Amino acid sequence: MVIAALNSGDTAWMLMSTALVVLMTVPGLALFYGGLVKKETVLNTLFLSFSAYAMVSIIWFIYGYPLVFGPDVHGFIGAPGNFFFHNVVESNTLVGSIPASVYAAFEMTFAAITVALISGAIIGRMKFSAWMLFVPLWATFVYLPVAHWVWGGGWLAQLGALDFAGGTVVHINSGVAALALCLVLKGRKERSMLPHQLGYAIIGAGLLWFGWFGFNAGSALSAGPLAGSAFIATNTAAAAGMLSWMLIEYLRFGKATMLGAASGIVAGLVAITPAAGFVNIPAAMVIGFVTSIVSYTAISYLKPRLGYDDALDVFGVHGISGIWGALAVGIFASPFINAAGTGLAYGHPAQLEIQAIAVAATFAYSFVVTLIIAKAIDFTIGLRVSEEQEAQGLDQALHDEAAYHI
Amino acid sequence: MAIVRPNKLEVIKEALDDIGSPSLTVTEVKGRGRQKGITEIYRGREYAIDLLPKLEIDIVVPDGAASKVVDTIAKAARTGEIGDGKIFIMDVEQVVRIRTGERDHDAI
Repeated sequence: MVIAALNSGDTAWMLMSTALVVLMTVPGLALFYGGLVKKETVLNTLFLSFSAYAMVSIIWFIYGYPLVFGPDVHGFIGAPGNFFFHNVVESNTLVGSIPASVYAAFEMTFAAITVALISGAIIGRMKFSAWMLFVPLWATFVYLPVAHWVWGGGWLAQLGALDFAGGTVVHINSGVAALALCLVLKGRKERSMLPHQLGYAIIGAGLLWFGWFGFNAGSALSAGPLAGSAFIATNTAAAAGMLSWMLIEYLRFGKATMLGAASGIVAGLVAITPAAGFVNIPAAMVIGFVTSIVSYTAISYLKPRLGYDDALDVFGVHGISGIWGALAVGIFASPFINAAGTGLAYGHPAQLEIQAIAVAATFAYSFVVTLIIAKAIDFTIGLRVSEEQEAQGLDQALHDEAAYHI
Repeated sequence: MAIVRPNKLEVIKEALDDIGSPSLTVTEVKGRGRQKGITEIYRGREYAIDLLPKLEIDIVVPDGAASKVVDTIAKAARTGEIGDGKIFIMDVEQVVRIRTGERDHDAI
């Protein structure tokens, strides 16, 4: 019988990782998105990330955590209970070698950023009240079940699906939800992307790169060789993604752009997320390099052809790169890196099928339920601002604020 | 009122200092004339930008000094390429120095 014991090294690392993932949302993602919008809407854009983070922070510790990580109910959800995290901190429960409080806090930050990511698709035209309603509904009815399926011992976990830090749970989930929401919300009148402060977006991308070490290496849940392996894989894929996107733009336009490079960084980080603790360094290079090709194609060819206004390419980057990354785990997972995962390249082709099921299930569920939530909000309080508000810019229209004054 | 290239500001200011007419007001503006625009790329989409950044320099001088100031600015601002800008010469009805209330020629 193994008696669980608290490891202070693991705990210290997990506390740090948790803070790193907070940084990714607040203000990493906020700035990444904020810099890309027009100056009359920047505050609203920042607000979407911050408000999502705050609301999920509360929901998670009222009822969210056990619905993901509680005892499994029919493979779909965890058993509710422990409302307000009752007695969990006080009883010094452990999850593995770290306190349950630390584990729960770490997982909360993942829930929060997943919701915040969706905001990138809907900037410039969604009512703030509608967003404040969307966040708790989506977190509850989409994030909690999917997280349970993959990480809480639900049906996808039982099937053997591998997702180290959230390719399905975070990226495909949010990317597809973004697509569904922007289809219901419909597009902006003015769709040109003329970032008002590209510097913010680059700072945001930098904070995301930094914080992602907490996201991926922290998902090792330990301060040891697996975290180190995930750390290198994460950085490698980010770098490969950046260089790949730069190459694509160089071939297409004759020039690399800073925004393209930043997009490649994020795409690389997204793709390596499910794979970080399962693949070796050459695989990380391939994953990062290929992912920019698929995301670039989705953004430059799929989006204009199909005409949906995924304003900041949440589906194009998180959805598409998440799909590639989740499937890539099925190919490249190496038992020499992590005994828990063996992919096609190491003689277990069934893993790729399992990954495909996980991808398809997450895609279908997130898309359909997000559509329902969006329609319900639209039917009751309405999703969209008025034309005048959209033209004026949301900072003044929705918040009576301006980011810049003469 | 002169519309000039932004990178010409220092040269123009020095030239005006040299002739003893240092006062001016500068505004950052955008505009187009015959100069072709530029292309910017964001997330794989090209945008044709036909409004180019320029500087607007406003100077008020006594009638007699106008000609010299105009020549000075034009010479300093000229590159010979399309996009050098224009100078508009206008009458000013009155001038007031806010600190003292002095008017017209005492105020310039």
